[in-house]
Amino acid sequence: MLSKRNLKAVVAGTMLAAAAATSAFAQDAGKVLRLVPQSDLKILDPIWTTAFVTRNHGYAVYDTLFGVDEQGKVKPQMVDKYTTGADGKTWTFTLRKSLEFHDGKPVTSEDVLASLKRWGQRDGLGQKMYAALDKAEAVDASTFRLVFKDSFGMVLDALSKPSSNPPFIMPARVAATPADKQIDDATGSGPYIFKKEEYRPGEKVVYLKNAKYVPRTEAASGTAGGKNVYVDRMEWVILKDAQTQANALANGEVDMIEWLPPEQYTALKNNSAITVDNPIPKGSFALHLNHVIPPFDNPKIAQAAIMAINQEALMRAQMVHKELYNSCASVYPCGTTFSSDKTGYFTGKPQFEKAKALLKEAGYDGKPVVLMYPADFALLNKFPPVMAQLLKQAGFNVDMQSMDWPTLVTRRAKKDPVDKGGWNLFITGWGIADNMNPMFYAPLTGNGEKGWFGWATDDKLEQLKFEFLASADEARRKELATAIQQRVYDTGIYAPIGEYKPLTAYRKGVVSGVVRSPVNVFWNIKKS
Amino acid sequence: MTDSLATPMIPVDAAAEPLPPPRRRSLLKRILADWSVRAGGGVLLLLVLVSLAAPWLGTIDPTAIDPGSGNLMPGTRGEFNSLAGDTFEHLFVMGTDSLGRDIWSRTLYGARVSLTVGVAVAVLAVVFGMLVGLLGGYFRRLDSAIMRLMDGVMAIPGILFAISLVALFGGKLLTVVVAIAVPEIPRVARLVRSVVLTVREEPYVEAAIALDTPTWKILVRHILPNAIAPLIIQATYVCASAILVEAILSFLGVGLPADMATWGNIMAEGRAQFNQFPHNVLFPGIFLALTVLAVNILGDGLRDTLDPKFNKRGG
Amino acid sequence: MPMQIFLVRRILSTVPVLVIVALIVFLMLRLAPGDPAAAIVGDSGTSENIAKVRSQLGLDDSLPTQFVRWSGQLLQGNLGESYFMKKTVVELIGQRIEPTVSLAAVTLVVTILIAVPLGVVAAWRHGGWLDRMLMGFSVMGFSIPAFVIGYVLIWIFALHLQLLPVQGYSRLGQGPWLWIKHLILPSITLSIIYVALIARVTRAAVAEAMTEDYIRTARAKGISEKRVLMRHALANAAIPIVTVIGIGIALLIGGVVVTETVFAIPGLGQLTVDAVLSRDFPLIQGITLFFSVVYVLINLLIDLSYLAFDPRIRY
Repeated sequence: MLSKRNLKAVVAGTMLAAAAATSAFAQDAGKVLRLVPQSDLKILDPIWTTAFVTRNHGYAVYDTLFGVDEQGKVKPQMVDKYTTGADGKTWTFTLRKSLEFHDGKPVTSEDVLASLKRWGQRDGLGQKMYAALDKAEAVDASTFRLVFKDSFGMVLDALSKPSSNPPFIMPARVAATPADKQIDDATGSGPYIFKKEEYRPGEKVVYLKNAKYVPRTEAASGTAGGKNVYVDRMEWVILKDAQTQANALANGEVDMIEWLPPEQYTALKNNSAITVDNPIPKGSFALHLNHVIPPFDNPKIAQAAIMAINQEALMRAQMVHKELYNSCASVYPCGTTFSSDKTGYFTGKPQFEKAKALLKEAGYDGKPVVLMYPADFALLNKFPPVMAQLLKQAGFNVDMQSMDWPTLVTRRAKKDPVDKGGWNLFITGWGIADNMNPMFYAPLTGNGEKGWFGWATDDKLEQLKFEFLASADEARRKELATAIQQRVYDTGIYAPIGEYKPLTAYRKGVVSGVVRSPVNVFWNIKKS
Repeated sequence: MTDSLATPMIPVDAAAEPLPPPRRRSLLKRILADWSVRAGGGVLLLLVLVSLAAPWLGTIDPTAIDPGSGNLMPGTRGEFNSLAGDTFEHLFVMGTDSLGRDIWSRTLYGARVSLTVGVAVAVLAVVFGMLVGLLGGYFRRLDSAIMRLMDGVMAIPGILFAISLVALFGGKLLTVVVAIAVPEIPRVARLVRSVVLTVREEPYVEAAIALDTPTWKILVRHILPNAIAPLIIQATYVCASAILVEAILSFLGVGLPADMATWGNIMAEGRAQFNQFPHNVLFPGIFLALTVLAVNILGDGLRDTLDPKFNKRGG
Repeated sequence: MPMQIFLVRRILSTVPVLVIVALIVFLMLRLAPGDPAAAIVGDSGTSENIAKVRSQLGLDDSLPTQFVRWSGQLLQGNLGESYFMKKTVVELIGQRIEPTVSLAAVTLVVTILIAVPLGVVAAWRHGGWLDRMLMGFSVMGFSIPAFVIGYVLIWIFALHLQLLPVQGYSRLGQGPWLWIKHLILPSITLSIIYVALIARVTRAAVAEAMTEDYIRTARAKGISEKRVLMRHALANAAIPIVTVIGIGIALLIGGVVVTETVFAIPGLGQLTVDAVLSRDFPLIQGITLFFSVVYVLINLLIDLSYLAFDPRIRY
């Protein structure tokens, strides 16, 4: 029978033990970077989907053959050296030594070729590359060769493609998964290891430092250079509500918000404990139209819809602060190599009367056009209400349908008429890495149903793209890029809504080392 | 004792004594003299009038967007530049939301939607609940099956049921009204059923049956009048609950279409910047709370005057 | 009738209710527009892929066949697999259950600790100003939407006074103080509506019990007022109070959905909202079923607990 005194001792002892246990637990965790990602991570396969959050996950756990630095120059990453045959048709690559997957197995050419093949089945530029390929073979465990039928001008661009979909390298056994099925194994050779046991979709995603990763010796720049990890653990804390994210950051409950919703910009900018940063130079938004069903299968009606765009109003609604956005009528980012002001009828300012006239000419029947509205996606959800009213001013009837982002992503794949669940328009965002080059930009397709959602058919456009790929002359490429731009507007495939500065926020004095890059990358970050 | 999705009830199956036939004139007087009825009913009436008079109370088109006027504080007088190109001056009594829409206008027009949803749900729940309750209470053979069905529906927590229905069938006005009404039907049905069960045993009903009076006549002439008072009381509670539930559905993002001006939508939109611009959430929130409060108090008043035995009846 | 038979009967009576719940949930999903196969195949689904998935899922069989198959899976504990999260529904529920149960438990404790004394005091001073004030507050309690209360509390206690965290949940295994700290604001928010309800019912039940003969007898016997209240009135009022706690679980479940959203607690409520927003049908189905079963079981327990409270009750 325990006496009172003994009982007290037991209780005290238990509590001490519990306290010790909890503090030991805290010590094991080491340095933890807690980050709020742009959205929930539900899909782990960055080849299967173009979603940016999955791409960012990809950059954490995988590595790439080449990267692009801050200036946009292609730099080798997993590749040690490479040579080109004199005719430009043969490319031989040698991998760095000491590349290992998280399961301890070395990275071999077999893994590389299998990964590239799978990527080539999904990605637009990858498809073009594989169509031009004669053969892809492993020379030995660390050397592989690509032989093209004709000179393919964008080999390095393809292998270093920074944004969706980047050609991540996976183990051959994982890359053997058919391209229309998602992988379920996140083993890679990147600087972080995905901790499957602690993955709770909707709540958090956990990555551990890959202690065996051997980074390159150059400084980190863009997606190139040394991918050093200075924390022991990275946790993605899923917070959907913009106010909650800001509150959590202000309170120190999280360290970093990947994409800062513009409505929180002023509050956090004025908070002396927070740094608001702009590591990704810029991004853009575009209105995409569906060309396989009426009414936008008629180019005149498509043009009328594009004429309704009021870039200033749309961007102001979404980004709120003048320093965070600008108009740009070119389909390429303003200020980059291919941007051009030869945009035909498109000015970025609304032309309601002209639009109405076009509708009359084309015989628009008044059926409402379905505009998809991702109500939950903080970075896109202000556009549709404004766009709907602009379209109405231009003479359209509009049916703005509310849904969440994953539903929109599924629904945009439907080619059915609207009464069977189809769509006519939606707006989405892109990064500078996506549209600075016409061959990178996923939605810039004119090959009908084989192309990106919207499925416009424009043979002239495809011809111009083909010529662009084949040409190596800078001046000629510029001409072709401008011609491509004009085709986009003439057919009414899509239209730019404006450019914006993607913002990141993190705790001042606690987080440092955020890399300047065309996409969000999480190596090189220090936490004090 | 309130009763609804938002506030549950005590299901006591004890039979209650039927009401003495009400003396018309003094009943109405009694109802109107009750403090709760006056307070609740008064506020409600005021709200209805204000929402009807919305176009003349300094409002503009509740859906008109002007990104340049986004997030103005309450009481600002400013220029509104509509997307169509016209400009005018306007006093933003309650400020604007992030798209520059006038919250005062949206709140007043939103009152129409909220009140309509509340009344529609109440009517739907009462009508169907009454039908089901009458059938179950009167026809012994159907009773068991019907009550099991009602138990099943009641077992699914109301908000979950409403959310699921809206998720599956879309967010149009009719769907939302049906989705909120369906989980309320079982309670109304039980109420009516218990009235029917008691009244059924009354001598005058037995006499009517013996005289071969058609069933529908018995139901309408004898049974229904006894159910009216409890039904009205229940209807007010359902209305209050429905208004609240609609706001919750909109707040969660599964309610009425986002471009419709409803209190729930205004609050849902404003939640992303609550700290800097609380007026988005607070103003419609106050209106919502006042309305629901008024309806609840009205219901309490009606219950006290019409049917003090309401609690025992399973209400 | 003997206790054992009563127990068995009562337990068995839950079966038809559960079957009906299963049927309702099943029908809801099968009758909803939209093709589950297309949702699974996703982004680049070709019609052959979709047809393949349809036959894999058995979606082309007749409804009754599908229902039987689905029920069979249910009984084996297989609630299906989420479309979007690549985990089974059971696994996801298992991951999220701790936060929700913690929140519900703390809320329940807080509620009873506040509401029952409140109701007893109000009944004791029946008709007085304290009674009226308390009941006034309680009506307000279930008129103000929980999310407004939540945001206001966060603003005051988390941001301005910096006493408590803004959001999130800390697992019990990571320290009890941290666990409770994260639950204080959410449980207060959630308990307000519950307190309002239970305080009211407690007051009504205790006030009613106070008028009973045995109370007069106890007073005549010279028993102190305090003892009269506690031992006699409260004990006899226990049944309606416990009943309402049981029914209030439905309220709690609905409230959990909103509260978890406001405070970013990764529990079943947030899972529900996620599932609904992404039209993840198996998940919606699984959670609805889970909550309904929990609700039915809790009410079963409460019914059985009457035996402990009132020796007079035999069914």
